[in-house]
Amino acid sequence: MISDKINEKSPWQDITEGNKIFEAATSKEFCTGEWRTSTPVWDKEKCRQCLLCTPACPDSSIPVKDKMREEFDYDHCKGCGICAKVCPFDAITMKEGK
Amino acid sequence: MESAYNLKEVMNKPERLAPGHRMCAGCGGTVAVRAVLRALHEEDKAVIGNATGCLEVSSFMYPYTAYEDSYIHNAFENAGATLSGVETAYRVLKRKGKIKENYKFITFGGDGGTYDIGFQSLSGAMERGHDMVYVCYDNGAYMNTGTQRSSATPQFADTTTTPAGKESNGKVQIRKDLAAIMAEHHIPYVGQTTFIGNFKDLHVKAEKAIYTPGPAFLNILSPCPRGWGYEPSALMDMCKKAVETCYWPLYEVVDGKWILSYEPKHKLPVEEFLRPQRRFRHLFVRGNEDLIVEFQKEVDKRWEELQVRCSE
Amino acid sequence: MAVRERLSGNEAVAYAIKQIEPDVMPAFPITPSTEIPQYVASYIANGEMDTEFIPVESEHSAMSATLGACAAGARALTATSSCGMALMWEELYVAASDRLPIVMALVNRALSGPININADHSDSMGARDSGWIQIYAESNQEVYDNFLQAFPIAEHKDVMLPVMICQDGFITSHGVENILLVETDSVKEFVGERNPEHYLLNAKEPMAVGPYAVSNYYMETKRGQREAMKNARKVILEVADRFEKMTGRRYGFFEEYCLEDAEYAIVIIGSAAGTCKAAVDKIRKETGKKVGLLKIRIFRPFPEEEIAAALAHVKAIAVLDRSEMFAATGGPLGAEVQAALYRAKAGADVVNYFYGLGGRDITVEDFEQVYGKLEKLSSEHEITDMYEYIGLRKE
Repeated sequence: MISDKINEKSPWQDITEGNKIFEAATSKEFCTGEWRTSTPVWDKEKCRQCLLCTPACPDSSIPVKDKMREEFDYDHCKGCGICAKVCPFDAITMKEGK
Repeated sequence: MESAYNLKEVMNKPERLAPGHRMCAGCGGTVAVRAVLRALHEEDKAVIGNATGCLEVSSFMYPYTAYEDSYIHNAFENAGATLSGVETAYRVLKRKGKIKENYKFITFGGDGGTYDIGFQSLSGAMERGHDMVYVCYDNGAYMNTGTQRSSATPQFADTTTTPAGKESNGKVQIRKDLAAIMAEHHIPYVGQTTFIGNFKDLHVKAEKAIYTPGPAFLNILSPCPRGWGYEPSALMDMCKKAVETCYWPLYEVVDGKWILSYEPKHKLPVEEFLRPQRRFRHLFVRGNEDLIVEFQKEVDKRWEELQVRCSE
Repeated sequence: MAVRERLSGNEAVAYAIKQIEPDVMPAFPITPSTEIPQYVASYIANGEMDTEFIPVESEHSAMSATLGACAAGARALTATSSCGMALMWEELYVAASDRLPIVMALVNRALSGPININADHSDSMGARDSGWIQIYAESNQEVYDNFLQAFPIAEHKDVMLPVMICQDGFITSHGVENILLVETDSVKEFVGERNPEHYLLNAKEPMAVGPYAVSNYYMETKRGQREAMKNARKVILEVADRFEKMTGRRYGFFEEYCLEDAEYAIVIIGSAAGTCKAAVDKIRKETGKKVGLLKIRIFRPFPEEEIAAALAHVKAIAVLDRSEMFAATGGPLGAEVQAALYRAKAGADVVNYFYGLGGRDITVEDFEQVYGKLEKLSSEHEITDMYEYIGLRKE
């Protein structure tokens, strides 16, 4: 975890030279899911796996595996509701709260 | 080069923009970034550049980078020049045998960093012919600093530096047409696109931009729910209305040839695009009907010009 | 074996660039540094060096592209002057903060306005807080020698900071002098290849550079830069030692000229030191008065303790600045030298004069007058003209 090595308590000696980061995608450690005020709920029965929801997600929070979408990444989903609106099959509904 | 587009295959590729960035809920900017990076072939490496703006301060907040690839942010006005240096380094290091892998170079800037403060740097990088793609995620104002007008802001938009008020109808000037200006650089590829349906238009244009040797420019309308004042879930609908009203025509310029990508069967009145947006609320006040007429005239004029260019 | 030549300062730097053969050089023309990219472009055009020259559309883009190339893993440099560097201002800070070992050939020229193309130090002195190592030269030989030492200092793992190699516009850049050039094979061996530990084009690990760092990280980042600057002191001397072994020419933080027994000293930067030396020789020969000179080579990092120690025995000192800082007091060199002396509890009387702004000549006679004033000052201990302009026309 990058946050074990560099965090708000790190002494100056631990700050990487030139603030460079030598790992990919460390942002995954930061849980933007906490921002959510409403939450998408996926109805697997209704879902036809058209994947139209997946590219419209601003938060890369609809994982795709073997050409099928999987459960929402609730650690990161901010609950914007774009996916629910774009779904042609009403397979995603927004519910209040986290 | 244009292979048949298949959404499922494209979405099955590893994601190159990780979640955990701090862009607002419903942001169009990261939808654009994800879509462009998906057009990279899996076997190719990339260096991603970025002008200062919402995307930069949200996607690389120390020590959290949202990128799977190498990434460089330098400043606001120099994304073009910065990436041109990276691309040149690649060419020379490859020639000297110090690098073996294939790299692609893509830089992102908002309309502030692209149309305005970074315009010179962009123009220079394109004119010099670097093998890179400059992507503008155009949300039509300086959103990072709180919705100030840019030269990409449409006429009459209510922004914090062109506020609508008793004596003001919002921004006085019409939008700069940057994609056309970039086409006049006579670079090999220019594309204007946004998020439509299964994202085919954007994907195909991004792939062409990345894999056409030489400089390429992509202009992607990327709605901003906060700056435009619409319901964040309506992202795809906003894009659709922008295209169906011909406010944001989809086209490309390939080696100087202008090609219309999409022609609406029934061109919608521009009101359809304007109405859901808070920044145009004042246009719908009784007595301001003529402003909408004026807006429509400008849209019509540009659409006609584009059609002429595309039929030549 | 050294090669005897007659070259201008610009030619000498361009020749050093050709010998080092960096990977990338973005540059934009500005008088008086324009010749440097011109020479490099012609070397490349004639197949004499393997470097990519980027003819950028502005100096801001020159430094931006240099920064991109350096972050990518290339050895990269640029050249500029005056307003060109002012246009890079923001980028100077970014380069230092990103810890990128860029080298810049700066041909010092007065900043506008009014527009003026001649030498003074307002460009580099204004950038003294940007985090760059600054190395100044008196002569063509020195700027050439400094340039060969730039990359070994910048790229040292304990430093990783950009380096500015300064020479005075026209006086040094265009004045042709005898020069001893190092053979290219020796230069290549001395400078070595750049082998960065981390870089954008490293297939083994991605690198992200240039984050938004909130206040929880900014101060720690600056402290890191400070440490690198402190480390640079040691590395500058180590590189100078290696250079001496190769050429026999010795360099330190500064040059002491007749300073060992001096009672009256001038502290100065750049080409005017040559004129000052002539004055020292003349005064010593004609009057036997003990006058001397301290010529700063390294202004960043500032060799505070060493300067104070070298001046500890001197009775009166004139620090000469070739740039204003409009404190309505003295200039930047004056302020820093005086701070060094104060901290060392030195007892010398000090004045701070301005000279040579916008290329105004300074003569042997001018220096003789300054030494005369110092002598008077040390006997009367009353400073009546703490801050003066040398050679200024008055009513």
